[in-house]
Amino acid sequence: MKPLDILRFALRAVTAYPLRTALMLLAMAIGVAAVVMLTALGDGARQYVVNEFNALGSNLLIVLPGRSETRGVNPGSFFTETPRDLSNADAEAVRRVPGVVRAAPLAVGTSEVSFGGKLRETMVLGTSADYLPLRRFQMAQGSFLPASAGQDNAAVVVLGSKLRSELFGSAPAVGRMLRVGDRRYRVQGVLAPTGNAMGLAIDEMAFIPTEQAFALFNTSTLFRIFIETRDRASIEATRTRVVSLLKARHDGEEDFNTITQDAVLGTFDKILGAITLGVAGIAAISLGVAGILVMNVMLVSVTQRTAEIGLLKALGASSQHIRSAFISEAVLLSLGGGVVGLVLGQLGAWALRIAYPELPAWPPNWAVLAGLGTALLTGILFGWLPARRAAQLDPVDALGRR
Amino acid sequence: MPLIELTHIERRFTLGDSVVHALRGVSLNIEAGEYVAVIGPSGSGKSTLLNLLGLLDRADAGSYRLAGRDTTGLSPDEAATLRSRQIGFVFQSFHLVPRLTAAENIALPMVLAGIDANERKRRVAKALEGFGLSDRADHRPNQLSGGQRQRVAIARATVMQPSVLLCDEPTGNLDRATGQEVTHLLEDLNAGGVTLIVVTHDPVMAERARRQIRMEDGAVLSDSRSAAGTSA
Ligand SMILES: Nc1ncnc2c1ncn2[C@@H]1O[C@H](COP(=O)(O)OP(=O)(O)OP(=O)(O)O)[C@@H](O)[C@H]1O
Ligand SMILES: [Mg+2]
Repeated sequence: MKPLDILRFALRAVTAYPLRTALMLLAMAIGVAAVVMLTALGDGARQYVVNEFNALGSNLLIVLPGRSETRGVNPGSFFTETPRDLSNADAEAVRRVPGVVRAAPLAVGTSEVSFGGKLRETMVLGTSADYLPLRRFQMAQGSFLPASAGQDNAAVVVLGSKLRSELFGSAPAVGRMLRVGDRRYRVQGVLAPTGNAMGLAIDEMAFIPTEQAFALFNTSTLFRIFIETRDRASIEATRTRVVSLLKARHDGEEDFNTITQDAVLGTFDKILGAITLGVAGIAAISLGVAGILVMNVMLVSVTQRTAEIGLLKALGASSQHIRSAFISEAVLLSLGGGVVGLVLGQLGAWALRIAYPELPAWPPNWAVLAGLGTALLTGILFGWLPARRAAQLDPVDALGRR
Repeated sequence: MPLIELTHIERRFTLGDSVVHALRGVSLNIEAGEYVAVIGPSGSGKSTLLNLLGLLDRADAGSYRLAGRDTTGLSPDEAATLRSRQIGFVFQSFHLVPRLTAAENIALPMVLAGIDANERKRRVAKALEGFGLSDRADHRPNQLSGGQRQRVAIARATVMQPSVLLCDEPTGNLDRATGQEVTHLLEDLNAGGVTLIVVTHDPVMAERARRQIRMEDGAVLSDSRSAAGTSA
């Protein structure tokens, strides 16, 4: 019997019992659709987080003050109680480390910002010129903060787009004076709208030079230093150099931490990847259930078609022929269900993307392949037993039954 | 050399505690081209004998040589191959595959034997024409009359050009006129050289055969040749 003929024969059997076929397709389709849709959801969440991080720039090194808890006791900790400040000068020194493209200090606080009787309580960032390109932000009007420590004391402010419109409406803002806390600042520029990044509403913030922020918030330590390295590959080497520089500046103590974008991202990536896999596994269980259904229906089918099997044997069919025919039938049903499920799953993922536009809910390729592969495997696996039973039927007995 | 050589064939069925002796010590020779009717009361072992001849069943004892070849040691799949080339079956209840058209039913043995589609098409068309079924090619069995169904079954049984045609009460489900029509068809095939073995309850049909084997209680009671048989 030629393979194509086996396939055609199986196809005729599949189409001859439409209700049975429809039910099996449905069972299989639900399983595959579940795999496709749930992995789309999981992978969408993963992609979302990855994208958020990438918006920060991918070769990012972050320095934060404070000793790492996990490093345990080092000799320095016996002598100093409190960690040294991470200063503006530290940030300035870091800028000159080889491999560092940009470095922006960051001081954070909340303050009232007021103009012409309008008042907003908002987040204020103290930073410098490098922050703008480092975060890939654009200016809408005017210019960003001054570059170096020398000019850091200028009383200028840059506004997020939303803050600007709340305070100034449609009137021009650049060049006007406003108050931040009890100090007066000249508006030097306005950021183009950015949307949310890392859950922070950039558009609602005000930006002032770092030294101004220190004075405003009455503090002397930076919250972070953001460092952009030349490329991804040079992150580790640059980190080593930055750490030794800062250590030297802090009397040989490592009273600060460095984290890389990659490390944080990697952790999220791993967690969400594992969740996606777990969800896919759960969905795959429904495929197993569908497989058992396929097996039962095939067994019933063998019983119903006993006379036909007997006849095929009388016409010269070998056990192999009968087995192939029935397995092909099971595989056709499973694979057909798989394809229907794929379409349903893709439709579901599409609906998810419509409902949550910020979520890139695309099923990953491996999930699509795994869904179809599992369907196929289930067909072969659960088609095996009924097919074997059919092949082993005694032809005389089989013919005798109607 | 006879086409079929049975020596001391035994076939027993065990049903619970009791053993049914369906065939006891049957010895027979049938030459190529013969026209044989197997007759006898119900339960005498006629169908069992036919199944054995068709290699669908095996004897518990004795030997069966088909075309000089001993069939005792054949595996089920070897038997299937031999059956595909040498033997055609016609059943009382037609045994057509309900979801397949007349043409597809006729093509089935060739599909199983792995004959390519063009050759199949050619032979099916020829068979349809030969059996007067050309205008029924695309009909399903439930759209055919009993006589037409049996003609499809006979076309299917002969499309591989077997040397033996085994018919178990081929006219049992047909009215007299249609039965006669089918009988003539089978006899024409026999005239063309096919060895024809027919199990029948119909004395008229049995009379037409050139040889009658009468069975009773699993044994051959008489084996006679009648001069009145149709001439080839
Ligand atoms: N599979 C089986 N299991 C048990 N007994 C069987 C089996 N097949 C046949 N027999 C028995 O063997 C005997 C012969 O049966 P067989 O079918 O050959 O008779 P038959 O001559 O064809 O009868 P009929 O004219 O009614 O078709 C019967 O007694 C029957 O009950
Ligand atoms: Mg019988």
